[in-house]
Amino acid sequence: MLELSQVHKVYKVGAFGGGRLRAVRDVNLTVEPGEVVSLIGESGSGKSTLGKMVLGLSTPSSGRITFEGTDITTIRGHSARKEYYRRVQGVFQDPFSCFNPIFKADRVFEMVHTSYFPRTSSADWKDKVLDALATVRLDPGNVLGKYPHQLSGGQLQRLLIARALLLDIKLLVADEIISMLDASTRIDVLNLLADLKERGLGILFVTHDLSLGNYVSDKSVILRKGAIAEMGPTARVFDNPLHPYSRHLLSCVPQLHRTWAEVDAELKANPPEDVTLPTAPDEESAPLIEVEENHFVGIDQG
Amino acid sequence: MTSVAGASGTADSADSPKPVGERRFSETLHFARRNPKLLIGLGIVLAFLLLGIIGPFFVGHDPNEYVGPQTQPPSGEYWLGTTTFGQDIWAQFVYGLRSTFLIGVFGGGVAFVIGTAVGFVAGYKGGIIDEILNMITNVVLVLPAMVVLIVAIAYLEARGLFVQGLFIGLTSWPWAARAVRSQALSLATRDYVDLARLSGRRTWKIITTEIAPNMSSYLVMSFILLFGGAILIAAGLDFIGLGPAGGVSLGLMLQSASQWSALQLSMWWWFIPPGLGITAIVGSLYILNVGLDEVFNPKLREL
Repeated sequence: MLELSQVHKVYKVGAFGGGRLRAVRDVNLTVEPGEVVSLIGESGSGKSTLGKMVLGLSTPSSGRITFEGTDITTIRGHSARKEYYRRVQGVFQDPFSCFNPIFKADRVFEMVHTSYFPRTSSADWKDKVLDALATVRLDPGNVLGKYPHQLSGGQLQRLLIARALLLDIKLLVADEIISMLDASTRIDVLNLLADLKERGLGILFVTHDLSLGNYVSDKSVILRKGAIAEMGPTARVFDNPLHPYSRHLLSCVPQLHRTWAEVDAELKANPPEDVTLPTAPDEESAPLIEVEENHFVGIDQG
Repeated sequence: MTSVAGASGTADSADSPKPVGERRFSETLHFARRNPKLLIGLGIVLAFLLLGIIGPFFVGHDPNEYVGPQTQPPSGEYWLGTTTFGQDIWAQFVYGLRSTFLIGVFGGGVAFVIGTAVGFVAGYKGGIIDEILNMITNVVLVLPAMVVLIVAIAYLEARGLFVQGLFIGLTSWPWAARAVRSQALSLATRDYVDLARLSGRRTWKIITTEIAPNMSSYLVMSFILLFGGAILIAAGLDFIGLGPAGGVSLGLMLQSASQWSALQLSMWWWFIPPGLGITAIVGSLYILNVGLDEVFNPKLREL
């Protein structure tokens, strides 16, 4: 459904645009309907940039992003773009800055109403909004008619998810949507994502949290310095990490019953067998090697 | 940081159930009514505005008509005296006020429309569009506006109030554009602007409904400053004899007073009213602006 092929994003930096910052390097990945793909990486690994490019808020420097066969960078004109957003929506990381502080929070629903369903009557629309709020387990009385600063981060975040659900979307880009939530709402939102997946939605789940990636996703993509370090079915990536970086990353996850010293000692006692990593022929590309079925490993960037 | 602002808002929302829009408005009104700068400035401007609107209805003749005895000091019949030619200075003054306000609104309005449009587009679009608009803005900014105005208006056939206002507007917008651009530049990167884009909103609608309302006080203040600036520029042009032909304005009154040596002949009633009028209007506009700044900006409020 969504396919990224050889996507690069290079920013010009410095006083005269002389310096270059490579945010995304040669990324190839696909998201199928009903599949949750998590993009995992540390800060600055390019995961949010990828999300923004899929949403068309930023254009790739080169490469193609195709959604249901059309290259989204070739979408021109307001109405075509609007149609794209009817099927692809995003929820951003910081719910506080997603609401215009001088308007009521439910204005985000009204914007969808006036843009996409101008013919739906207000009463029908209200029912639809209530349905969506019920899906994200919000009490309408608590959130409707309130200003953004009167609501908590978790409520705002779920309002944004409800907003995305009002449209008949096929793909949701969820950029760190869990990081602002407390533990109790976190599991609600994760379960909601699982429900959406059942309904055939493709989800691009951007996160820096390995355990969340493990919990929700079918496919995991570990990014490092803009390039894919490892990509494969979540179970295989987490049980048998092949790239040194992913091994290191996984050993860093705090565990309840073991200290880091124990983890390190165990890793040293029986070191995993090394795989040959692909080498990049130049600064631009980042080839992948398929080590086992659907399990890819990328270049070593030190 | 919006999240910080939002967080502090969450904290105080618990003890104030009133909707924030209403609260914000009544809060603004609360500080507005207690701000002497705002009240004095607004009072003086409104008094002159009323005089300019109502005054001419009580003058039964053309302000440039020779109606009375020549060179009379203020008296019961001619409140502000008469000129060397026997024109009624009070009549000229109220008509002049009217045209001064017109030029302020029109010239300031044209500058405001161009300046905010350029500023918003440059700040929102960014990239090459920003570069081009910024270059144009800078070019107009460094043009010696007065010289351009003198040349343009001197060669123009039609010399009415609106042509003058148009030219003043066309030369005085750049700083407003720069100010609006810098604000729009920071507001355009907010997530709610991205969300509006995802909601299928058009660019102009995002600018007018997402960005502009967040800087409304800033826009009001820009307009006031442009308004005052346009009045001053118009007075300058009138004074050097490039005012609206056959009309009357405070600047033209000053020009004829100086031309017919009112100062040397100690005819103080001829040059003091227009001079004082311009000074008082522009001065109180600036005081009003400082007052508004204090009302809108919590950091400047004197509690």
